[in-house]
Amino acid sequence: MEQLLGKLVFEIQRVLPQIIAILTAFLAGAVVLLATGYSPLNAYSAMIRGAFGDVFGIGQTLTQASPILFTALAFLFAFKCGLFNIGTEGQLLMGAFATALVGISFHGLPAFIHIPVALLAGAFAGGLWGFIPAILKTRFRAHEVITTMMLNYIALYLTGYMVNYPYKAPGWVSQTVPIEKSAELPRILQPTQLSASIVIVVLLAVIMQYILRRTTLGYQVRAVGSNLSVAESSGINTRRVMILSLVLSGAIAGLGGSGEIMGVHRRFIEGFSPGYGWDGLAVALVGGLHPIGALLAAVLFGAIRSGGMVMTRTTGVPLDLINVLQSLVIFFVAVPMLARFLKRREFKWRLS
Amino acid sequence: MEGITKTFPGVIANDNIDLAIEEAEIHGLLGENGAGKTVLMSILYGLLHPDTGKIIIRGKEVENYNPAKAIRLGLGMVHQSFMLIPSFTVAENITLGIEPTKRKFLLNGNKMVEDVKDMSVRYKLNVDPEARVDTLPVGVQQRVEILKALYRGADILILDEPTSVLIPSEVEELFKALHALKSQGKTVIFISHKLKEILAICDRVTVLKRGSVVGTVRAHDTDMEKLAMMMVGRKVVLTIEKKGIESGKSVLKIENLRALNDRGLPALRGVDLEIHESEILGIAGVEGNGQTELIEALMGLRKAEGRVFIDDDDISDLSTEKRIKIGIAHVPEDRQKRGLIGDFSVSENLILGSQDTPPFVKRLRTILDVKQISTFSRDAINDFSIKTPSEDTPVQHLSGGTQQRVVLAREFRRKPKLIIASQPTRGLDVGATEYVRKGLVEMRDRGCAILLISADLDEILMLSDKIAVIYEGRIVAIKPVEETNEQELGLLMGGG
Amino acid sequence: MATLLDIINVGLFAATLRMATPIAFASLGGIFSERAGIINVGLEGMMLTSAFAGVVVSYFTGNPWLGVFASMIAGGLLGLLHALLTVKFRGDQIVSGTGINIFAMGFTAYMCQIIYGSRGASASVKGLDVIPIPLPIIGNHTPLVYFMFAAAILSHIVLFKTPIGLRIRAVGERPAAADTAGIDVYRIKYICVTVSGMLAGLGGAFLSLGHLNLFAWGMTGGRGFIALAAMIFGSWMPLGAFGASLLFGFADAFQMRLQALGLLPPQFILAIPYILTIAVLLGFARKVTPPSDYKPYLKE
Repeated sequence: MEQLLGKLVFEIQRVLPQIIAILTAFLAGAVVLLATGYSPLNAYSAMIRGAFGDVFGIGQTLTQASPILFTALAFLFAFKCGLFNIGTEGQLLMGAFATALVGISFHGLPAFIHIPVALLAGAFAGGLWGFIPAILKTRFRAHEVITTMMLNYIALYLTGYMVNYPYKAPGWVSQTVPIEKSAELPRILQPTQLSASIVIVVLLAVIMQYILRRTTLGYQVRAVGSNLSVAESSGINTRRVMILSLVLSGAIAGLGGSGEIMGVHRRFIEGFSPGYGWDGLAVALVGGLHPIGALLAAVLFGAIRSGGMVMTRTTGVPLDLINVLQSLVIFFVAVPMLARFLKRREFKWRLS
Repeated sequence: MEGITKTFPGVIANDNIDLAIEEAEIHGLLGENGAGKTVLMSILYGLLHPDTGKIIIRGKEVENYNPAKAIRLGLGMVHQSFMLIPSFTVAENITLGIEPTKRKFLLNGNKMVEDVKDMSVRYKLNVDPEARVDTLPVGVQQRVEILKALYRGADILILDEPTSVLIPSEVEELFKALHALKSQGKTVIFISHKLKEILAICDRVTVLKRGSVVGTVRAHDTDMEKLAMMMVGRKVVLTIEKKGIESGKSVLKIENLRALNDRGLPALRGVDLEIHESEILGIAGVEGNGQTELIEALMGLRKAEGRVFIDDDDISDLSTEKRIKIGIAHVPEDRQKRGLIGDFSVSENLILGSQDTPPFVKRLRTILDVKQISTFSRDAINDFSIKTPSEDTPVQHLSGGTQQRVVLAREFRRKPKLIIASQPTRGLDVGATEYVRKGLVEMRDRGCAILLISADLDEILMLSDKIAVIYEGRIVAIKPVEETNEQELGLLMGGG
Repeated sequence: MATLLDIINVGLFAATLRMATPIAFASLGGIFSERAGIINVGLEGMMLTSAFAGVVVSYFTGNPWLGVFASMIAGGLLGLLHALLTVKFRGDQIVSGTGINIFAMGFTAYMCQIIYGSRGASASVKGLDVIPIPLPIIGNHTPLVYFMFAAAILSHIVLFKTPIGLRIRAVGERPAAADTAGIDVYRIKYICVTVSGMLAGLGGAFLSLGHLNLFAWGMTGGRGFIALAAMIFGSWMPLGAFGASLLFGFADAFQMRLQALGLLPPQFILAIPYILTIAVLLGFARKVTPPSDYKPYLKE
């Protein structure tokens, strides 16, 4: 019993810096709210009620959490290899559109074929969007921060063109026709929009942790990310590992797009992503760069988003507070001194 | 300096040290690696703050100390690793921080060059003010460092292991310059672990051992054995037992190896070598003559022309991974860069390079066999006496000597045919050094071919069966160890 | 009938100078930061926040120059934040910069909603007046465009011809060496990163006060990142980055003209600057070495 308690305490201490960072961010957010004439109490309570208050709220929270977790895992996997993939937004868009294309182009396919094919298309498109910066980096030494960012815009315009011209459905809205029923991911929590994509992504998180810790690929990815020159000297093909890492990263983000199209919207709508890529980045950091941590953080951010929408409706606080809160969390999580300070405290505490 | 104490996590670097230096003397600070010499001098120069104690310069105690203040008080420090900006010129490096200006805000380039030329003449230290520092040989870079200190009006010069990167002729020149400085009234503090040099150049010597002062003696009142005793506290084993062994067939053969360095200039100009079973070939040479490039070419980390054979098989086109797998092991000189991954645990580092070979992998060479890895690690930790809390401890938390043991464990356990050992005992204390040297000899007795690269001539002479000298990318001589000596090697190393 | 002359004319080159201005300022900012050893990917966020700050101050005071001043302050403050996170707290430089970008996106939209009731765009404000110089191409621009020239030349002089420039470069290339030479490494890093924010601020000021005379959501459009490419293309030299900015400014101006003519779907044209940026990195990121290894400096 004592051992279990000790372990629990140890784990809590490990995530303490992140928890304090989140609380501090919310405090800072409260200051912003007060300064602009809103009541933090009202705003935050509306948010909490909206996120967890009822079945609909919980469903929305998890629905929002799903794409965010995809992009967080995507960012994480590349980060473990020492690469900064800030192009998850673009990869998500590409994956979404590829999926939509498969979803609307094939008629009369049974679901158990159509769904995997659509998912594969999404992963492929996202993977391609990760392959480009990977090649640019390994062959041309172009820094991936710039290339992935540029590809975000290119993806935006490419999919924008597609959905406004060749694949535009009749009507005023920039969207495609609906995908075939056989390509839809089943909704698993009526009457919410929550679809099976959440199952896929949770599985993905668990698989990723396993890959990183228990496979040679994961070992190599971590080695390259930790110390490139030592990895190289030990015979690891660092180029190949980096390319693989970015491709898989892009594929995961692409799957996030697929999940949204197949599970929520059932068609490609221009602007369907309110910035899931950026949310994912924040979630990866807040989750301590650990897949399971990202899972928890994604639920948190999903709650902020879904609760935030209710908050905006009922209290009139602008929706962008979400971004403000997110960035505040990033700032406070990105301060390692906080972690070090707490570690020193922890050491003394455990000695006593 | 009185009562100076400085601790770092886990180690007491300086323990209540008292040190008194006289004007216009050359004072030696002797001690092994890790004795606390550099830490003490960094404190004297204001780079580190002592936990307790005070510093008194010319009778006045110093307060709120930092390098800027130290410089004002007439102190100058030349570090072991040079503090020069590679892309700047000599003049820019020397005048950095107190640059001459024209019209108040602009740099006065001409005056910078003039000033340096003046000083060069005054102190008889020859440099080209407009040369880029990264194009200069190490001996000249050191002169730039000394001039840097003198330019700031240093009366007290602290030299940290100044001869570690010099060939014998450059050492002579340095000593001449130091005598000249002394006759002009300057004081020199000479940090070293080399007994011979301390005795040659210093007036008095203070010996440090494990952070404490052992004593201060006059150079002509003592000798190498006495100093060694003070330094280590026991009779130093200056030689390693090595039994004569017949060397066997050829293991490594290099033919006409040519390679460029990072700047595109030729680093290896046609190297020919051969090493046999049960043989240690030591390569003597000053750093920067192609050793690093040779190792990288052998490991497949650098593109090279020419042929390399292992056991008569041509491996010239094989990847690094394959070379390691056919039996080349590498004990690198820079553990951070080529040896160990700091964040990884001891066991993860022990399987580095073999992470996709059985028995460390299960099915299809993709899934790691954690049990096997654990067993292997525990074995290795035992056999090599690796002092670690557990096999999961990240290696960056271990001491240098322990880290080197991890490297040895990994490389030796591979049962390699060839071991390339580069500066294997650099930075290690006497105990660790002894362990590494004994380990290498043992592997050689078991049939291994060993390529030993070291800047420490004593080590080369001690361990090698044959010695080769590398100079400007070529092997200029290969001799059995019995047929040569330090003087001859020193001459060859310097191009003579 | 649209002819080539409709696209390539004197107006295009004048527009090139205008569109180069924000990129040039931001890339100069990037240079100061990186020469001191700190990567600044937050230029985008600094520009955006500054653009907004400028508009707000101009709106309430009616004076666009006060707006420009406010932009510089806003950019400088964010630069100071970045410096704090990366120098004092030794946080990851890219994480900090990205955090600033996300913050800027959300904060500007949030405040825009609060002040103007719309998160998309602010009200029109008094912008800077054009200086009526009757010369082709370089005449009739708002003052910030001329500032750009001055800033580029000044930056070059400061970095390569003054003692402080020498010290900055020393701090970036080998902070330990600069430290032992008696230079305050931390202070120089702080100053340079703050200055980089201020320069980005001027870039933002141009977009909102010197060009559109309002603030629009996300109006920087990735220029902060294009500025980084310009900086690399220019080998971290002010005059080189200035030249690269002209190239990107040309692409921007060209793209706008094409759009106005409606020859191709807008998306293709809009993507041109971003594709160009990648192309530039491809061709020229080969043999350039950055001026620093960007590791945080540890003084005990």
